[in-house]
Amino acid sequence: MKNLHKIFCFLVIFMSGTMVMAEEKAESVQHKEQFNVRDFILEHVSDAYTWHITKIGDTEYSIPMPIIVHSSTTGWHSFLSNRLFDGHEYKGFKLAEEGNYKGKVVELNDKKEEVRPFDISITKVTFSLLLSCILLISIIMFVATSYDKNKHESKGGFVGFMEMFIMNINDDVIKPCIGKDYKTFAPYLLTVFFFVFINNLMGLIPFFPGGANVTGNIAITFVLAICTFVIVNIFGTAEYWREIFWPEVPVWLKAPIPFMPVIELVGVFTKPFALMIRLFANMIAGHSIVLALTCLIFVTVNLGHAMNTTMTVVSVFLSIFINVVEFLVAYIQAYIFTMLSAVFIGLARVQPHHPHVRKKRSFKIVNVKHKIKSLRKRFRKNK
Amino acid sequence: MALLTPESGLLFWMFLSFGIVVIVLSRFGFPIILKMVESRKSFIDESLLVAKQAHEELAKVKIEGQEIINNARREQVAILNEATATRDVLINDAKTKASIEALKLIESARRQISIEKNDAIRDIRQQVTDLSIEIAEKLLREKMSQNGEQMNLINRMLGEINITKS
Repeated sequence: MKNLHKIFCFLVIFMSGTMVMAEEKAESVQHKEQFNVRDFILEHVSDAYTWHITKIGDTEYSIPMPIIVHSSTTGWHSFLSNRLFDGHEYKGFKLAEEGNYKGKVVELNDKKEEVRPFDISITKVTFSLLLSCILLISIIMFVATSYDKNKHESKGGFVGFMEMFIMNINDDVIKPCIGKDYKTFAPYLLTVFFFVFINNLMGLIPFFPGGANVTGNIAITFVLAICTFVIVNIFGTAEYWREIFWPEVPVWLKAPIPFMPVIELVGVFTKPFALMIRLFANMIAGHSIVLALTCLIFVTVNLGHAMNTTMTVVSVFLSIFINVVEFLVAYIQAYIFTMLSAVFIGLARVQPHHPHVRKKRSFKIVNVKHKIKSLRKRFRKNK
Repeated sequence: MALLTPESGLLFWMFLSFGIVVIVLSRFGFPIILKMVESRKSFIDESLLVAKQAHEELAKVKIEGQEIINNARREQVAILNEATATRDVLINDAKTKASIEALKLIESARRQISIEKNDAIRDIRQQVTDLSIEIAEKLLREKMSQNGEQMNLINRMLGEINITKS
């Protein structure tokens, strides 16, 4: 209870601090324009060429990131992004202020049109991504190298924790979802899990090395989904392809006009698409909610002190709550991505059915009874 | 909808970094960890099996030991019983022997006593005879001191001898 009291005091002091800051910011913002929540959130969840730290008074403190571009006319260029700040132009490149490429590096072509060069700059998301990768590799390699091959000792501490974590995912997600040849896919799926998890966690840290919206960026989830898609279809069995192009449905559904094959084929692509969108949307939503709750303080400044104080308290408490929830979501999303990938791989590893089971898989309702019976039998057998 | 269009640069970096992560971790990371855990699991299972066997062995040994102890105890009881019986027999033997010996001793003592007694009796008789002869001598001498008596005696004696001769 003593501690609770302390925490409460701290929170009150902290909140009054933020409130004063908010007032100042709002005042400064008010001079120029109304505080725009939508732009504020979009700016924070999307990628950038700089890592904005803070703004004290009128000076912006931010870390410039290296820009690496390849122009079709002038070739490769690389320079720090602070050369392009405040609308400056450098080597014919500048940050677009409007249009489709708003905020991106563009160059002017012969017709004075803005075109995008091939841009592999180390942006905020890229930097965070590389950092997470280094962190992930060092953590896992540390665990892997801490084993003594000749000793069968059990590890404690961090290695023990990681081992438990890895074995939990391996035994409770990958093994039951894929089936008997899960060992081929376990390393990939474990990598995916920990990759997504560590990036989610890094995204929750609100200051410098973290806070970038990595897994909430469509390019990241796109690559992850592509990898799963490729693995699913490369390791798909003959039965898997047969079920796509010649599914067990009445012949008129597949013979002259291939309804079912088309639907199945679309399904092949919707599965990884769903993977991509699910992770992206969940992570971007989490970031947006936290940002929106923080914006509550700035938005309510104009409504007077009483309202602003109340909303500040509400905002801080809700932010804490959402951050805790986001911690859970970070795990759940990594878990779901891994589990769905494992399920899709497991579905692609389908073996030809036993003849009598195949008969019962037809669409006739009469057969449902038999199906239930056989399922019951199998259940009893498994018991 | 800039959020929904994947950025080419980011795609490039993601492919590169994720590819490296996958290759490194799925070659040198996770398989090693999984293998170690697996081998440890089998080691533990084996150890448990061995321990169970040892336990069973131990129980068997214990039972055997108990059996040996029981046997020994039974034997001990048997030996004790035998010893008791032997002792009784020995004591009885000794007793009978002793009594026979005692009887023999008594017998010899008795014989000795009777011999001594007879000797003593014979001795006494001798002495009595000697004494009576002496007494008789004395009496005779006393009697012979008187003249008449001598003649009387001779006569009586002679008479007696005659009688016996005839």
